[in-house]
Amino acid sequence: MLLQVLLNGLLLGGIYACIGAGFSLVWGVVNIINILHGSFIVLGGYGAFYAFQYWGVHPFVAVLPLGVLGYAGGYLLQQHVIRHVMAAKVLVTLTLTFGLNLLLNNLMTVGFSADFRKVVLPSQDPIAWGALTLPADRVMSMAAAVAVVILTHALMTRTMLGRSIVAVRMDSQAAQLMGVDVQRTFAATFGLGTALALVAGAILSPIFPISPVAAEGYLAKAFIVCVLGGLGSLPGVLAGGVLLGVVESLGSYFVGSSHALTLSYVLLLAFLLLRPQGLMGKKGFE
Amino acid sequence: MKAHNIAFWAIFAGVVALLAFMGDSYWLRIGTTVALYAALASSWNIIGGFTGYPSFATAAFFGLGAYASAIAQLHGVPMPLAWVLAAASGGLLALLLGFGLLRLRGHYFAVASLVVAEVFRELIIAGGDLTGGGMGLNLALLPIPPLAQARLFLLAFSALAALAALLSFWIVGARFGVALRCIEQNENAAAMVGVAATRYKTFALMLSAVFASAGGAVYANWLNYIDPSDVFNVLMSVKPIVMALIGGVGTVIGPFAGAVALAAVEELVTKGALDLNGAFLGLAIVLLVLFMPGGVMGFLSPARRMRKASE
Repeated sequence: MLLQVLLNGLLLGGIYACIGAGFSLVWGVVNIINILHGSFIVLGGYGAFYAFQYWGVHPFVAVLPLGVLGYAGGYLLQQHVIRHVMAAKVLVTLTLTFGLNLLLNNLMTVGFSADFRKVVLPSQDPIAWGALTLPADRVMSMAAAVAVVILTHALMTRTMLGRSIVAVRMDSQAAQLMGVDVQRTFAATFGLGTALALVAGAILSPIFPISPVAAEGYLAKAFIVCVLGGLGSLPGVLAGGVLLGVVESLGSYFVGSSHALTLSYVLLLAFLLLRPQGLMGKKGFE
Repeated sequence: MKAHNIAFWAIFAGVVALLAFMGDSYWLRIGTTVALYAALASSWNIIGGFTGYPSFATAAFFGLGAYASAIAQLHGVPMPLAWVLAAASGGLLALLLGFGLLRLRGHYFAVASLVVAEVFRELIIAGGDLTGGGMGLNLALLPIPPLAQARLFLLAFSALAALAALLSFWIVGARFGVALRCIEQNENAAAMVGVAATRYKTFALMLSAVFASAGGAVYANWLNYIDPSDVFNVLMSVKPIVMALIGGVGTVIGPFAGAVALAAVEELVTKGALDLNGAFLGLAIVLLVLFMPGGVMGFLSPARRMRKASE
């Protein structure tokens, strides 16, 4: 039974990693806490939902156009709106994304209504393995989520864009001296973060209900994953996601699911106070 | 006392008196909302403006104050004493939190302070009969007619706002205020030249918390009903910041100007388009941050504006 609980935690962890990936990139590289992230995930969910409803497109296929759209949208948002407050204090950037989120979330509520929707795929038998059973749809989503995080990691380590993002993260002034266009890289990072959010929304659409109300929960998860794993590091995001998934899963089993959320917040506070650089992060980011 | 300070007190006293004597229930409600907002924004300004710590803990203190006051009254403590107890409990919480939270800076402090309210909300929901859980708590109605009640709460919140303004005026002129501004400008340098940074910023958080908790305590009686998702709402943490941003962060009068502006925007939006409420508020915040980063007070003083621009 304990093994089953751990396994559920791992499944949840892979999904959480995907929720936190874009948020972590934006926070770690552009130094902006993107309150919009949760609403972007929900938006991706709606994209997948309507693509499935009208054209029968599988959510995992809808990931591609959604990613492209997200990248373009995020790039433009950073370049034309958020860039103007980059030099301002934490408070100002945070308040700006909060305002943008209020706007987007309210428009989604009016446009799509607050009713819960879900992409209903043909049901599959759970995967059984001895005494352990795993719901097939969750396994599929988890696999896709982890694949996205690994692909993003490859993008960061293998491509010119990725290398320039990493360079800007380490030292933006030095990167600029080496000929990296820092403003463009910020925009690209924000684009990538938005794309990852929409993709996460699409991947989650078969297993979690879609509603603007869900945005806040996603944002909270992204926060926690990010602080647990360390900012801007994709292996850190995976580690943070798995830690959160396992803790929540064990928590629901031992103290009941109503306290699992409190437990994850307490974990977050403990990490912030004792190890603010996270499991894999480096010190020195503020 | 400078001329604009005298003007501030004259306008403040005049408006409160006018509302208390002439206002009908509609205007009393708006006036009371503005007074509550001004108290919360001034309270936030002590830690967020003067000290420069981006606190999102207002909701935590506000909610704690509301629950402390409600629970005390349900156990027989008279209302005024319950308000004082609630304010004290907020100060105590801030003292305890200060040791941990105030070691963090920037984004980390912001996130940690935000999470405190979430933890409290979950604890209150799990609190069973004592806290009423997710159902909330009902308070006894006051044995006075509705209009007298509306006046009482207008005066209570106005007194709280006036105390916050008095305290802020004192801070601006005092050695304590200079220390806070040093911390705001450069905490490491401040500590280097002998400013006891930890002690001062903890005290600033406590003062801020006392006012936010007192606001929550009075709020509980004003509405006669509180529930966790209302008093610990993240908007309770964000609105004071928005008001300070509108009026001018780190100024005494700014939060008051911001309170009037935000209450006016909210009232107009609620009347015009209820379901687009959040969208308009969001849009207002975005435009404000992009085009008026110094707030009204920053807008009025060109020297300050230039200093901000060169930062």
